[in-house]
Amino acid sequence: MRASGVRVQLGGRYVVDGVDLHADAGELIALVGPNGAGKSTLLAALAGDVRAEGLVEIAGLPIGRHRPAELARLRAVLPQKAVLSFPFTAGEVVRMGRAPWAGRPERAEDEAAVAEAMRQTETTGFARRPFPALSGGEQARVALARVLAQRTPLLLLDEPTAALDLRHQELVLSTARERTRAGAAVVVVLHDLGLAAAYADRVYLLAAGKVRGAGPPAEIFTEELLSEVYQHEVEVLPHPAGGAPLVIPRRLPGVPAQ
Amino acid sequence: MHLSSTTAEPEVESGRTTYRQSVLLGGLAAALVVVALLAAGRGQVPISPAEVAGSLLHRLGLDLGPLPSAVQGENALWLVRFPRVTLAILVGASLGCAGALMQGVFGNPLAEPGVVGVSAGAAVGAAAAIVGGVTFLGNWSTAAAAFAGGVVTTLIVYAMSRANGRTEVVTLVLTGVAVNATAGALLGLLMFLTDDDGVRAIAFWQLGSLAQATWGAAGVALPCAALGLTVAVVCSRKLDLLALGEGPARHLGVDTERLRITAIVATALLTASAVAFTGIISFVGLVVPHLIRMVAGPGHRVLIPASALGGAIVVVLGDLIARTAVDYQELPLGVLTAVVGGPAFFWLLRRTRARAGGWG
Repeated sequence: MRASGVRVQLGGRYVVDGVDLHADAGELIALVGPNGAGKSTLLAALAGDVRAEGLVEIAGLPIGRHRPAELARLRAVLPQKAVLSFPFTAGEVVRMGRAPWAGRPERAEDEAAVAEAMRQTETTGFARRPFPALSGGEQARVALARVLAQRTPLLLLDEPTAALDLRHQELVLSTARERTRAGAAVVVVLHDLGLAAAYADRVYLLAAGKVRGAGPPAEIFTEELLSEVYQHEVEVLPHPAGGAPLVIPRRLPGVPAQ
Repeated sequence: MHLSSTTAEPEVESGRTTYRQSVLLGGLAAALVVVALLAAGRGQVPISPAEVAGSLLHRLGLDLGPLPSAVQGENALWLVRFPRVTLAILVGASLGCAGALMQGVFGNPLAEPGVVGVSAGAAVGAAAAIVGGVTFLGNWSTAAAAFAGGVVTTLIVYAMSRANGRTEVVTLVLTGVAVNATAGALLGLLMFLTDDDGVRAIAFWQLGSLAQATWGAAGVALPCAALGLTVAVVCSRKLDLLALGEGPARHLGVDTERLRITAIVATALLTASAVAFTGIISFVGLVVPHLIRMVAGPGHRVLIPASALGGAIVVVLGDLIARTAVDYQELPLGVLTAVVGGPAFFWLLRRTRARAGGWG
């Protein structure tokens, strides 16, 4: 997938302003930046959900030229918040991810794709429970399972870790990582710079709708750039094992930690 | 706190209809046949269900079962009761299906043609055709006018009650109040403009009754109901996806714009078939799909046909009670369904309010 010169206007203001971005097969791309930087809007533009200027291409064709059903076999989108108007069970929700493949030979994979997605997200245990009765974190994982079951070569995930505890955050990103090893491209909006540093091949650091830095996390996550973009002093230390950057906000000395 | 279920085997529900759902559909179909035979037999000339079935089979060329023994039995059946029961089935199926379809499109279990004012809008169309003496489409004039009124009202309700791809309960119900008030005023105006016959005809719309059922009416309602039902069944899988919200449904390949327009036209068609000859019968489309969801779950592939069958049973039974409860008098059917449906609506409203537009 590639995008160039993407601009999105919301309420008379460019929320995304001239973004160039590409995600190739096997890559995990993280979009990071402070609140209001335009990460989610950019992802929506890549998904074709908002009217955007510029060009967004998936599989060599502008997204507007794909038919909706075709597009659904190329890319899957995880929204920030999962809603459901009727009490379908978790299993039924995950199965909905297979809808784009109805009436095609890949349909034979339906059972396997659903089972695998639920196993990867550790949601198999509540397949029969109604989705609205699940906790926020469980719902988030079921929503992710639905997106994984779609088995598309491109995944767009909007803050998949927001509602999750530490263990499940790691689970989600390692699952995404597995997908890239199988040849998929993943674009994920993340708040946690530590997660981005640990899992992403490349990050796009956004601020005020513009890309402030793009490249491997070790190159982009510098004290100078992050402190400026987040308007807060940060320290960046190499992880003792492996050297991935650790980002720590500078706190006032002597503030009691109770 | 959640007690996590500890199902050992990684069982994932299959896409096929389950045993329970097949039993439900079969049971409803059988119940409808029984209720219809019973309803056709009851009245001033009593005829046993066996004789009703016999009369039907003889007309179909099968020499089975007894013929009605009562004087005028055959005439009572074929000139009065069968058209009435047939129309009741069509009206009930249309209302049940329209309710389920509308709830799916709005993503809201309180959407229903009567509640949101689509029935009233269709009745305004039909009344305008009667008062205006529009007859250029023959038998079809009233139905066509009801359909036009229904489409316009559905579009208005849809446009007014949606924000950010969702329909909040409060907005939907208030829109229904406004639309019903406007439609009521238009009906009142039409009553003022017309003569005594017109007033009686319009009063009949507002109460809802099957007393004017004829084969001609059933013949017009049938294609509308059949087309609307077919469209609803064809859309059912996509309606399931729409429960995820408009964005995710689109990400799964649903052309949401097209689905919405198709469903709105189908709803209007179903409502027109229900309203054109019987007036406003409310709450059937609200209560029936809700009960079905409690038994069979929210999947539309079962919900839509089951709601159609359930709606037919309710209206046939309701009409039977309406015309036999008081000797030599007929209760208005719409009043009867409202007596049961009104409190059910209260209850649903309370349950849904707690979830701010959602459903659990």
